[in-house]
Amino acid sequence: MNSHDQERMKELLRQALPRVAADAEPERDLWPAVLRRLDAQDGAPPWFDWALLGGLIALAAAFPTAIPVFLYYL
Amino acid sequence: MPERSTEVLDRFRQGEADAFETIYREHQREVYGWILRIVRNAGTAEELTVETFWRIYRAHAAFDPGRGFEPWARRIATNAALDWLRTRRPERELTGEMVAEAAATAVGDPGVSAEIRVKTAQAFGRLAPRLRVAAVLAVVEERPYKEVAEALGISVAAVKLRVFRALRLLRKDLEQQGMKP
Repeated sequence: MNSHDQERMKELLRQALPRVAADAEPERDLWPAVLRRLDAQDGAPPWFDWALLGGLIALAAAFPTAIPVFLYYL
Repeated sequence: MPERSTEVLDRFRQGEADAFETIYREHQREVYGWILRIVRNAGTAEELTVETFWRIYRAHAAFDPGRGFEPWARRIATNAALDWLRTRRPERELTGEMVAEAAATAVGDPGVSAEIRVKTAQAFGRLAPRLRVAAVLAVVEERPYKEVAEALGISVAAVKLRVFRALRLLRKDLEQQGMKP
């Protein structure tokens, strides 16, 4: 593709996708949504807790006789 | 950069919530505008702005005040937009509604028909997200290559290469549809 073709494709692309206005802004205040997102994250258990729980369940399924021993040391 | 802003950025880095809100109020319009340029949908841009500021807050400890907030925020916003683009299936059907919309928003060369514009936009939507982002920011929005490179975390030469590849693939796609761009 030569430089003329490139310029032609650039122009075609500009025709197909008009530029976004420089003063574009959200239609609503997004701060409450940001706070909700942060709160949701604070309330969610970290992935490590889920991994630990999954590991314990798998261990209990594989070695059921180990459950009383585990409970003894808990 | 004003002294007050530097102090706010330092407090944000330490995780202070009121400093984060101040930064959000100062930068949310720019972040939203940047994302809108990539995803080209107002509702999606709003959702991704929220996602971006959530990611920004989570990464506050990694922020380097010496390197400026805006390039850092643009990088995070670009990653959030790229993640979203990767989950979307490209539109393939050309509807009469799309042609009518393209005709209504016609700009520039009247020799370019609404159908060609729609087909170009659709072909563009079929490109890999990383090529689309580079092309839309550098070609359509005419942002400086350096800024695009920083936002994508690649070199200026790599941005130019992505733009070139995007244009070449776009041309090939249009030719396969029987069009002579």
